[in-house]
Amino acid sequence: MQKFTVLDGLVVPLDRANVDTDAIIPKQFLKSIKRSGFGPNAFDEWRYLDHGEPGMDNAKRPLNPDFVLNQPRYQGAQVLLARENFGCGSSREHAPWALEDFGFRAIIAPSFADIFFNNCFKNGLLPIRLDAAVVDALFNAEAKAAGLRLKIDLEQQAITTPDGTVYRFEVEAFRKHCLLNGLDDIGLTMQHGDEVKAFEAKHRAAQPWLFN
Amino acid sequence: MNPQTLYDKLWNSHVVRTEADGTALLYIDRHLVHEVTSPQAFEGLRLAGRKPWRIASMLAVADHNVPTSGRAQGIADPIARLQVETLDENCAALGINEFKMSDLRQGIVHVIGPEQGATLPGMTVVCGDSHTSTHGAFAALAFGIGTSEVEHVMATQCLLMKKTKSMQVLVEGNLGRGVTAKDLVLAVIGKIGTAGGTGYSLEFAGSAVRGLSMEGRMTVCNMAIEAGARAGMIAADDTTIAYFKGRPFAPQGELWDKAVAYWRTLHSDAGAQFDKVVQLDAAGIRPQVTWGTSPEMVVAVDGRVPDPARESDPVKRSGIEHSLKYMGLTPNTAMTDIKIDKVFIGSCTNSRIEDLRAAADVARGKKIAPNVKLALVVPGSGLVKQQAEREGLDQVFIAAGFEWREPGCSMCLAMNDDKLEPGERCASTSNRNFEGRQGQGSRTHLVSPAMAAAAAIAGHFVDVSK
Ligand code: SF4
Repeated sequence: MQKFTVLDGLVVPLDRANVDTDAIIPKQFLKSIKRSGFGPNAFDEWRYLDHGEPGMDNAKRPLNPDFVLNQPRYQGAQVLLARENFGCGSSREHAPWALEDFGFRAIIAPSFADIFFNNCFKNGLLPIRLDAAVVDALFNAEAKAAGLRLKIDLEQQAITTPDGTVYRFEVEAFRKHCLLNGLDDIGLTMQHGDEVKAFEAKHRAAQPWLFN
Repeated sequence: MNPQTLYDKLWNSHVVRTEADGTALLYIDRHLVHEVTSPQAFEGLRLAGRKPWRIASMLAVADHNVPTSGRAQGIADPIARLQVETLDENCAALGINEFKMSDLRQGIVHVIGPEQGATLPGMTVVCGDSHTSTHGAFAALAFGIGTSEVEHVMATQCLLMKKTKSMQVLVEGNLGRGVTAKDLVLAVIGKIGTAGGTGYSLEFAGSAVRGLSMEGRMTVCNMAIEAGARAGMIAADDTTIAYFKGRPFAPQGELWDKAVAYWRTLHSDAGAQFDKVVQLDAAGIRPQVTWGTSPEMVVAVDGRVPDPARESDPVKRSGIEHSLKYMGLTPNTAMTDIKIDKVFIGSCTNSRIEDLRAAADVARGKKIAPNVKLALVVPGSGLVKQQAEREGLDQVFIAAGFEWREPGCSMCLAMNDDKLEPGERCASTSNRNFEGRQGQGSRTHLVSPAMAAAAAIAGHFVDVSK
């Protein structure tokens, strides 16, 4: 997994609440058996004027000029600024894969859906929860600046705006540790294999019917 | 010992170890697998040279991509076919129990797990699918996981997670005539919102919930995720225990008695503390219909499409405006004046035998309206289909003009050929009305099976409680 330490990234605002995983990556792209290559189809229905299907040459498809991600000033954006309940809906990890493949490294919103939030950490993508009022302030600052950049420091758990304002954010210690070091948590868990085995033996003795 | 919630009991009985920050390693009893969210996990496992920890904990089925007609010809879409074949190959290579497309037991993963007794009370159940919350209806701790976690469970039989907060959703009283489990859960979502359960595990309780059949309880827990909660659950009682008697994976003989004795402890203790309690009066719940592009955008069928002008919160107002535009609806329209183009009866929310019976009761002896271009009935599993055919329900539907299909997810998410055309409006018994969910530009209204059947007959929404 990609490490996340400090990011100085351009912000793109997506001013909608309840952005769901079907919007982030429509289902026709979930037929892929690969883990990569979803970026060109992130927000497919909003981003293109035609209907996207797997296997199309996305470079030749008509872009929706009104969709924020298509505007020239946001090219190369790495920070997605969003509204409440971002990533609601399905468990599809294709959603964070698509966002990461598109180039995002961090998402800021007042709240996230639980499964999506979790999936982000597994893919080097940092979801940051901030108070709705702070998110509002960032939307306003972005609207005024031509190309707002934010410095996001995971170690310090701090976001710094160009005028020097600092916003602190929370992140669970274990997740932070994994993200900072790009650790594969399967490997970490396997170090506790003996404990799992011991638990399993006890569990099997108590409820043998679970092991059918 | 302090009184415990059902969630506490399920959680505590599965913790292997806990990190300093409270992150726990939780042991997983049952891992359900389907074709869409597993290929990358199998590949990851292979690349790392790892093997599944406990193959017997896994049960696999293809459901999302499978065609619901013309199965004998196989899957026409080459990309979908490859995904299903990849599941078959992975399962064959590792010796994982899989119900293939031709197997009578094949069906939607959340229908077949309980049907086989592969989901049991007291279990931790995971699947790379958010509607895994369904299995919580059996006093199990069940939740959806992402593909990285699928791989993690395969490799270690465990998941890393933190305990959530707990919320009790208390629904007391009797549901009125024509009001179902689907209406109950839509009313809950309408009340707490799609993010209302974020960070919580929900326990549905109260006399109205106890009065539901297992099918109804599954419908309720299925949609816990639509309220933002990863897990929804209901205490075990006689109804729960009776459900498992004789199921293929369920314990038998002496073990059955031992299991039942344990299952009887799976409820929240008197005086157990929840972080939050939400109450609803069952008698006040009317048949529900969604009008927007989020399950919380719901009203009673005798209500009207909301007017954004009356919403003071600017983010909410623009959300309503955006949804109404997408849905092609005018504010203040009576819900019963909304005409539909298609009907879908199916999905892991409402494709069980009881759902099909309820829909057939409405359709019996009638014909679908001329403006309804297609009305699909897709049973949740081959066994549900077989049972429905034994009862003659297929004939009721066919005589009324419905199409009777093979089991799968079908038009719930339209990954196969069953989809809406842009702008088409559907009365659907599924669980999500997101933009594009049932096909690009599709317009979905979530309803109960009886409401969907009634809409098919009338050509517009009708109040089945009248
Ligand atoms: S029926 Fe729909 S919600 Fe249920 S598992 Fe299939 S696609 Fe998901």
